[in-house]
Amino acid sequence: MAKRFFQETEDEPLYEVSVQEEITARLHFIKFENAYIETCLDFVKDHLVNTETKVIKATGGGAHKFKDLLEKKLKLKVDKEDEMSCLIKGCNFVLRNIPHEAFVYVKHAEPEFRFQTTHPDIFPYLLVSIGSGVSIVKVESEDKFERIGGSSIGGGTFWGLGALLTKTKRFDELLQLASRGQHTNVDMLVKDIYGGAYESLGLTGDLIASSFGKSATADKEFSKEDMAKSLLHMISNDIGQLACLYAKLHNLSRVYFGGFFIRGHPVTMHTITYSINFFTKGEVQALFLRHEGYLGSIGAFLKGAEEDNPNQYSWGENYAGSSGLMSISPDVFPMQRTRSGTFDMLEMDRLERELVNLPLLLDSSSYIPDTVDLTEDALAREYWLSCFEEALDGVVKRAVASQPDLQDARERAEKFRHKYRHKLQTLRHQPCAYGSLTVRSLLDTREHCLNEFNFPDPYSQIKQRENDLALRYFQKVVSSMEMLSWEDRQFALVKGLLAGNMFDWGAKAVSDVLETDPTFGFDEAKRQLQERPWLVDSYSRWIERLKGPPHKCALFFVDNSGIDIILGVFPLVRELLCRGTEVVLASNSGPALNDVTYNELQILTEKIAAMDSVIHSGITKDRLILVQSGSSSPCLDLSRLDKGLATVVNERHTDLVVIEGMGRAIHTNYYAVLRCESLKLAVIKNSWLAERLGGKIYSVVFKYEQPRE
Amino acid sequence: MDKAKSIVEQNGADAWYAFNSPRISNGTTNAYSAAGKHFHYLHQDLHNHGSPANKCRLRRRMDSGKKNRPPFPWFGMDIGGTLVKLVYFEPKDVTAEEEQEEVENLKSIRKYLTSNTAYGKTGIRDVHLELKNLTMCGRKGNLHFIRFPTQAMHRFIQMGREKNFSSLHTTLCATGGGAYKFEEDFRAMADLELHKLDELDCLIQGLLYVDSVGFNGRPECYFFEDPSDPQNCVKRTCCLDNPFPMLLVNIGSGVSILAVYSKDNYKRVTGTSLGGGTFLGLCCLLTGCETFEEALEMAAKGDSTNVDKLVKDIYGGDYGRFGLQGSAVASSFGHMMSKEKLDTISKEDLARATLVSITNNIGSIARMCAVNEKIERVVFVGNFLRINMVSTKLLAYAMDFWSKGQLKALFQEHEGYFGAVGALLELLKMTDDF
Repeated sequence: MAKRFFQETEDEPLYEVSVQEEITARLHFIKFENAYIETCLDFVKDHLVNTETKVIKATGGGAHKFKDLLEKKLKLKVDKEDEMSCLIKGCNFVLRNIPHEAFVYVKHAEPEFRFQTTHPDIFPYLLVSIGSGVSIVKVESEDKFERIGGSSIGGGTFWGLGALLTKTKRFDELLQLASRGQHTNVDMLVKDIYGGAYESLGLTGDLIASSFGKSATADKEFSKEDMAKSLLHMISNDIGQLACLYAKLHNLSRVYFGGFFIRGHPVTMHTITYSINFFTKGEVQALFLRHEGYLGSIGAFLKGAEEDNPNQYSWGENYAGSSGLMSISPDVFPMQRTRSGTFDMLEMDRLERELVNLPLLLDSSSYIPDTVDLTEDALAREYWLSCFEEALDGVVKRAVASQPDLQDARERAEKFRHKYRHKLQTLRHQPCAYGSLTVRSLLDTREHCLNEFNFPDPYSQIKQRENDLALRYFQKVVSSMEMLSWEDRQFALVKGLLAGNMFDWGAKAVSDVLETDPTFGFDEAKRQLQERPWLVDSYSRWIERLKGPPHKCALFFVDNSGIDIILGVFPLVRELLCRGTEVVLASNSGPALNDVTYNELQILTEKIAAMDSVIHSGITKDRLILVQSGSSSPCLDLSRLDKGLATVVNERHTDLVVIEGMGRAIHTNYYAVLRCESLKLAVIKNSWLAERLGGKIYSVVFKYEQPRE
Repeated sequence: MDKAKSIVEQNGADAWYAFNSPRISNGTTNAYSAAGKHFHYLHQDLHNHGSPANKCRLRRRMDSGKKNRPPFPWFGMDIGGTLVKLVYFEPKDVTAEEEQEEVENLKSIRKYLTSNTAYGKTGIRDVHLELKNLTMCGRKGNLHFIRFPTQAMHRFIQMGREKNFSSLHTTLCATGGGAYKFEEDFRAMADLELHKLDELDCLIQGLLYVDSVGFNGRPECYFFEDPSDPQNCVKRTCCLDNPFPMLLVNIGSGVSILAVYSKDNYKRVTGTSLGGGTFLGLCCLLTGCETFEEALEMAAKGDSTNVDKLVKDIYGGDYGRFGLQGSAVASSFGHMMSKEKLDTISKEDLARATLVSITNNIGSIARMCAVNEKIERVVFVGNFLRINMVSTKLLAYAMDFWSKGQLKALFQEHEGYFGAVGALLELLKMTDDF
């Protein structure tokens, strides 16, 4: 796309807004049945952009089988990569890069998937790959892994023996048979031998003593369903037992299961989970992976891209381009299952930076960014899904308005509407499709969908206009503060910050007001604010703290453009600087709603420095610095921050973290525990959420916390 | 599939002692057709002289000697999921005086058991296992080993009633799950109180006892020399003089794995439901066979490599990176979803594949347990190994190969009978507690 400049007609614009297409590297993964290999190769051939490509990496048994076809069709040399090392490479990759990749499966629970937070240290772990046979691999580091064991009783045994016993040839059908069967008709249970439990050993009566034991002695016909179920139990229990023995021998507690036997089948995930629970008495949990079916291909790709230094990048799942996990059992929607088994997609965006934990997190391994897991909270889920659906019209309108010169903007905006609405509908039926459902993931999905249709920054002009407007009032606001007593000034600063935070296009209630009444001003906002005591109010403790020695360095995660950043945040920054506290302003790397971006903030800071000596000296003396967060989300994940930010935080001995706004301090991080003092403040601009928290719309959350002794 | 009919369809007639069986499992026919009559006579005799049973406590009667010895008959019984194992001590030092005192039905039981090798359609005496000239509790005699399907248990109990077994005032020591399951039936149907014993206790005591007395002058225990070469490896006997610690793998219908540190210190490490019952159950379903013997015979003739997917079927050869030989089984029954392969295989191949996969799986779990428990001696017992050279050699090979020679697989001639022997030993341990 050509560069375009949107010139402001009135006055001199503060800065120019330019739209230019950023080239983001994105990985696309498509999963399909072997039967469609030719169609796939045709597609690949048509899209081979780089003619310098001479080699294609392939792995799996089919790499051998389809080698000739690949070489003939694509005129590329097939470079076969070792299956297991690709699998491990892919597994490491998803565990590192995809939040909520791993989950525990709990049948009949609501939700049935319990997603695990991404642990910074993924090693060591055990990978139990259940294909035709079973491979048990111990992974100790990126490059060090070992196949410590295996078994010939695996998915192929279930399929092969199942086909012999039931005359059912399809794997999925066998699983369906099994899910309807009663294994107790075929298996000999402890109670069949003992008449009850074997109490001295603690073996319950329902325990299987001998798989298929009844078919050895009873002269009768057994139903296909019962035999399939018995077979499934036999194989799952056996694999679970071996996995536990190996986990115990190698002292490993994280055990991931994959392979076609598992691949999102609730039936097998349940039986494996049951077996692991039984054999480890609950000490080890069976873990499954959302993208388990892609591990080999991800690994093969990464091997091909190995000349790149992988440590320079981070990856994020693109919700717009990825089809989610199927949570519906095959019995309920057999069609849907079949479809997902046939064709499935995953897209990953490459970020040109390394993302790390905020070093100030008290316990990074237990940190969960999101405040509410909507998969566990049906009421909240229903509300937010509807809320995002209702806001869709406005977002479409905004997107169209943001590109007045582009003819196809309306068409693209409609496509965006369709796609995002479809995502919302999918999530209504399968809340776990992309890991835990959260307000953050709903917001991020919307951003991804907007990007997908070339609306990277629909608020660019609005942000520009509001920044411009707010800058004009900056000095007035600052001087009005100067006149106040110390105590009054502290309160005015906080109130100003809160009032500024009401200017948020993300909240529907506010964006409605802003849309209809552009004169809605800063003073008006202050009047709307809740009077103290606030909904959450630790202001008194904050003031007491301010009477003490100044902080060494404050890290400030900022929120919106315009009044928020300029009239709300900067006066407070100024005060902190005057107190002798260094300030690090962290803003988004890429656009999201009307949040101020790193680039915008650089311009704004320059302008403010030009009219304010305190800010100016802060900049020149390196006591006020700007960093980018690494994120393009309206929310904040403190476990995925730009490495540069983390370095600055460490170097400056940061002892105060300020997090501002609903997205960053309420929807996320409300419960985040830090090693230093923290201040989380926001105005609840959503009446439903306010009510849920026990307040009204425009209630104030002012949460000041000191680290536990 | 009429494997159970012989027992079920007797319509009240006692299958276990009705000697009209045309066929017994080991191929010999029963030559003692007259015994039926004899038993019949005995039956009446017992009815005439039988006394009412005392239901409330364990009944016991001292024999005429001064020693604390339980009265004859001496039985030990192990009622498993599939088979009932019975050991019977036949005193050979009965004095004329004693013989005169001996009640008629006791005598007839002795004669019946020792003069037959098959009982009913399904009862078998493993004559080749008989332990001769044994001294137990000061009495000299022979120990007989008898088995019959657990399904015939009710017939057996009924016989006990008809013969008024309860009048003998003997203690019936029983172990295995059936001791619990059938306890009430013994009581209600035959007025017999079982003395229930833990099956793992009995198993260990029985094993240690038989190893200590040996097998008629030979050692009870054996192993395979050069287990890495299953074709040519040789069976060698050995003495289990210092058996501890040992990993004891009991393969019956299911499998129990015990770590045994001394004669009364052991723990059950784990178990698996993939055992002998699974082998026979799957074989019955897959091949239509009806007995263990039949299934094993088929397996001996079959070739599992047509049924299983081998490493070389996937990788074209060895998977060198992981040290997997091309001939190793990658997926048991892994070829059976393909139509073409299905057409090329026989029932014998299926039986073989079933046997190999169950055996290898047990071997694999046993090996892991041995490593986890740091035990090098792995003793395999249980009736799954009866007449099952394929499995014993495979287990010996698997232990040796996967442990690089660290583990040693040991086997026992009386593989399935140790629980019953242990139960008998408990009977003999009982002292007068009236």
